[in-house]
Amino acid sequence: MNLNALWEYANPKKFIATTDRVLPFVAWMAALLLVTGLVWGFFFTPDDYKQGATVKIIYLHVPAALMAINAWLMMLVTSLVWIVRRHHVSALAARAAAPVGMVMTLIALATGALWGQPMWGTWWAWDPRLTSFLVLFLFYLGYIALWEAIENDDTAADLTSILCLVGSVFALLSRYAVNFWNQGLHQGASLSLDKKENVADVFWYPLVVTIAGFVLLFVALVLMRTRTEIRARRMRALLARERMQA
Amino acid sequence: MIPDLGKYAVPVLASYGVSLLLIAGLVWASLRRSARIKRALEETESRRKSNG
Repeated sequence: MNLNALWEYANPKKFIATTDRVLPFVAWMAALLLVTGLVWGFFFTPDDYKQGATVKIIYLHVPAALMAINAWLMMLVTSLVWIVRRHHVSALAARAAAPVGMVMTLIALATGALWGQPMWGTWWAWDPRLTSFLVLFLFYLGYIALWEAIENDDTAADLTSILCLVGSVFALLSRYAVNFWNQGLHQGASLSLDKKENVADVFWYPLVVTIAGFVLLFVALVLMRTRTEIRARRMRALLARERMQA
Repeated sequence: MIPDLGKYAVPVLASYGVSLLLIAGLVWASLRRSARIKRALEETESRRKSNG
């Protein structure tokens, strides 16, 4: 495979033409997997012997937390592409992904609190993973606000890319906080390449389906929002030209 | 038919309610903005064409 062919998609017209074909398929697959995974997990899995019915929250909490971190990492990659190659589509893709990542972080925080209250006896604790997730949420808010605050698109892309690099420390910290500090209430990873660390199969299979649904939902939303950002940028450019000619 | 969630019904149902509401809101907002910007761009482009 010729990796250089990937740069073709940095052309906004090519990007929109390709996503015209891909987006409906990704969106329908996301809906199908999400409905299947959530219905399977909610209606057709047993209660956990320790956590009772609260284990059903895993089908929302784990995929959302996973996407919250990975959305930021995707933004890191596209921001680096912007810094190095100055492709507008990559900067706009990072901008498009931020609200999706923010909502995923919010879902992870909310479901974590709702799960934590009956299991730990508290909605919130200044636990390493919880705290790093809260900081990640604040980084998302700051990143979105920075894009909105700066009128010049290139300057906004430069500054938000730098913010993204800084925030990546917290994105990684959110993922590995449990390993770094052997303290706090939050348990270790629910999914691992090591089968012994995974949740039981009866929970694991619907969880994997739901995670696939969340991943595709993220891809579909980012593709759609990137197309919107490309069009919005073109419109701003046209309006600016009109003003110059007037 | 909702499974018997026992004493954990409130946190489980609240988790699903909040999450699905947030996802639906995000999808709705993304679709709405996409349609609005697409329409506005088409209007701007056709205005420029008609103005030469």
